[in-house]
Amino acid sequence: MPDGLSLDEISRLLVWTAVAIYALAFIAYAIDLGRRSDLAIQQRDAVRERELVGAVAGVSAAASTSLGSALDEMRAEQTAAKAELEAPLARRTRYLWARIGTSLTVLGFLFHVGGDVLRGIAAGRVPWSNMYEFALTGTMLIMAVYLVVLFKYDLRFLGTFITGLVVVLLGGTVLWFYTAVVPLSDPLKSVWLVIHVFVASLSTALFALAFALSVLQLMQARRERLAVAAIAAPVDDAGSPGPRRGPRALRFLRTLPSADVLESLAYRFTIIGFIFWTFTLIAGSIWANDAWGRYWGFDTKEVWTFVIWVLYAGYIHARATRGWRGTRSAWLSIIGFAAVMFNFTIVNMFFKGLHVYSGLN
Amino acid sequence: MVSSSRSERTGTDPLRPADHADASDASAAAAIAQPKLGMIGWLRWGWRQLTSMRTALVLLLLLAIAAIPGSIVPQRTADPNGVLQYKTDNPGLFPVLDGLQLFDVYSSVWFSAIYILLFISLIGCVIPRTKHHFNALRARPPRTPARLSRLDDHTEVDRVMSEGVDADAAAVAAVELAQAQLRKAGYRVERYDTPATAKRPATASVSAERGYARETGNLVFHAALVGVLISVGVGGGLTYTGQTVIVEGDSFVNSLGLGYTSFNPGRFVDTNALPPYSLTLDSFDVSYVPVGAAGQGQAGDFAANLTTREPGHDPQQQTVRVNHPVDMAGDRVYLMGNGYAPTITVRNPAGEVVLHEDVEFLPQGATMTSLGVVKIPDGLSQQVGLVGFFYPTAAKLHTGALTSWYPALGNPVLTLDVYTGDLGINDGTPRNVYALDVSGMTQLTGRSINVPSLELAPGQTVDLPDGLGTITFEDATASGAREQVKRYVSLSIHRDVGAPWVLGFAIIALSGLLAALFIPRRRMWVKATPGDGVVHLEYAGLARGEDPAIAVALAEIVRDHGAAMDAAGTVGSPVGDDAASAAGAAAR
Repeated sequence: MPDGLSLDEISRLLVWTAVAIYALAFIAYAIDLGRRSDLAIQQRDAVRERELVGAVAGVSAAASTSLGSALDEMRAEQTAAKAELEAPLARRTRYLWARIGTSLTVLGFLFHVGGDVLRGIAAGRVPWSNMYEFALTGTMLIMAVYLVVLFKYDLRFLGTFITGLVVVLLGGTVLWFYTAVVPLSDPLKSVWLVIHVFVASLSTALFALAFALSVLQLMQARRERLAVAAIAAPVDDAGSPGPRRGPRALRFLRTLPSADVLESLAYRFTIIGFIFWTFTLIAGSIWANDAWGRYWGFDTKEVWTFVIWVLYAGYIHARATRGWRGTRSAWLSIIGFAAVMFNFTIVNMFFKGLHVYSGLN
Repeated sequence: MVSSSRSERTGTDPLRPADHADASDASAAAAIAQPKLGMIGWLRWGWRQLTSMRTALVLLLLLAIAAIPGSIVPQRTADPNGVLQYKTDNPGLFPVLDGLQLFDVYSSVWFSAIYILLFISLIGCVIPRTKHHFNALRARPPRTPARLSRLDDHTEVDRVMSEGVDADAAAVAAVELAQAQLRKAGYRVERYDTPATAKRPATASVSAERGYARETGNLVFHAALVGVLISVGVGGGLTYTGQTVIVEGDSFVNSLGLGYTSFNPGRFVDTNALPPYSLTLDSFDVSYVPVGAAGQGQAGDFAANLTTREPGHDPQQQTVRVNHPVDMAGDRVYLMGNGYAPTITVRNPAGEVVLHEDVEFLPQGATMTSLGVVKIPDGLSQQVGLVGFFYPTAAKLHTGALTSWYPALGNPVLTLDVYTGDLGINDGTPRNVYALDVSGMTQLTGRSINVPSLELAPGQTVDLPDGLGTITFEDATASGAREQVKRYVSLSIHRDVGAPWVLGFAIIALSGLLAALFIPRRRMWVKATPGDGVVHLEYAGLARGEDPAIAVALAEIVRDHGAAMDAAGTVGSPVGDDAASAAGAAAR
């Protein structure tokens, strides 16, 4: 190479650049969440002022009414947030920092794609045939799915989670999992490498989004429970109005839709992910039957793929089971994603089995 | 987002377990308010518990948890050597874990109990649902509810008649347009018109339902899972797996006594009726990444070139590669491994050949340093055992020991340690041909006793110690081989009659799942009530199960129906801004 850099080295530079830009996007999104809650509080103060004026004008405002209105206020906030979630691109609220965050994410994504494609060219094959490469491609797909979904839903409130997750995974990957390009080992020379691994990464991306939504759902459900509990509880002497305040960091919840809406959205991502995961399982079995002479052998990776499938099947069941909707099924979504991450990291690195393609020593 | 109203259940609803989120309250109440139970009552209660959603869910989660130990502890089926190693490493813990069947998790009593219960629960749930759904498929959409405005997804539009147009006729015309439109959109439709009474005017309405495939898909998915399980179970009984090793130039005959080094038949396999065929290994190809390139010495492009013979067929040239097994009379032949098989000749002091063999050496790593054993029970003055290493490209370490630094035949060297004494095979005890038990033997050469090991290059002959005789490392090219040392392949031969069925059912399950998760089941109603110079139109939708898009679907129906009425010109024109506001409300 005349410039002294190989394609693979350029690819690594691009990936590092992407990590840096994603980190900036993470900061922008974090500022956005902070500012959004300030915005929410300002709006609330404005409403309270109006109420106060109303009270001075002689309208009696008992403490209980005030509590009730706090709940109504929350419901109104959530309805507005739901409308915002589903608003078409052109009619979205123009949060400055969220726009900076998304722009940086797109920029980082371009570098990320560049790095991934160059790695593929350098290796002369699909860039997902060892741990380093499928971490590279897997995180790229997480970003791609997030950015594509943004066209339909305003999920920018997940920006901190997504960029944060990818900075950690991608940064860790380049630091610890980097593997030089070597020729493909024989078992990997199959069309199923392209299909099976790609679809598995894609479902991981969808599960990641669902996980983030489930976490927010739990936080939002807790907030809703507290708000309802505050109404049921006797009013103290001071007659302090409003539900008990959560910690300051959680005030951004006021700009999010209700737990029900978050749950419904998480469910939609999960069922698409589940379909892909089922396909991964079947495609993997077909490949295993050609490569290893059996379609299923309870190899460690197969076991974990099965465990994850069963967990998400449980989640879908739970969503249809009385008493398991809501918080409990959200926990299943979280456990499912934890198993996905475990499968990707710990099982790849430390468990003995036939899927020994991490390329790590 | 589920906007189902529990009071309006009909016979066309999918039958759900009592604790299904969409099941009617009545059935849930029936499950709780039980009278005193007799024997039958308890059985019924137990059955209902087993087939409930909650039990299925708990069993699913238990199944996930129960599968995990099998990924942590080595399993006899997947990793038999790992189990032996575990036994050596943890002699105290081993019997405890073995007692808990932790080395056979997936055939253990407790794992089997969970999945069998799960499948009984599944079958108990699916059969009544199938019957019910079969009836629902032939039923008509339900009667239009009296008050459509009570439904969550609901829109009203008024249309003004031009002078002289009969509102009653216009109402019927509007509903007929809606009926045609809904049928075209894949709905099953039914007209429910009510005549005028003293209190109410006549109404025309169409009731429409779609998405029966959702429940069909659901049932197909679950039934296909049962199919997968049965295929695995029955197929397992008819399946056999065998291993064999063939050196270049040698043949394998598919017969239990002749060919296999190991063989695991399923319960129903007739081992005397294996399909008769033979495989001859003509040559084995492999390429190694050249010295100096990234991944130096990495092996790839493995190809076992076989001549296959079947009775009644001409011999065929076929190649087995990784990922590309060869089909032989319903068996599949897989390439599992390869190695070097140096040809060794041993002569007694009189010069008579007592052993002439291609000895398969087991590779110990990527550079193909390989370990092998030669046993000479007869023909020499004592029983002799040889343990040795084969180095395809030998190099001397600074310690003086040899190693191989590249897997191809660059500088092939064979070293052997000689043992004399009892080979332990006189009493008929089966012994591993790849291992030598030296406990009853005397070592004559080797580093550990400071006598140099025998060291040979291809074509060389050296004396065995103590005047036992001579040993020759034959140069295989002398007898027409391509290389100085022959190679061997280990093949795995499988017959799995269940596999295509498993795949078939898996694909059916996936299609069922797609339908069950993504086809919305919904009802739509369009009702027209004639008034004084106006027709009052009501549109309502009801989701049956998850249906995030029902509001949009309803808005589309309203929009298209409006356009159809405008085009027909028989149902007047929309009132002022009503149409716009209605569409806005529906699209919320």
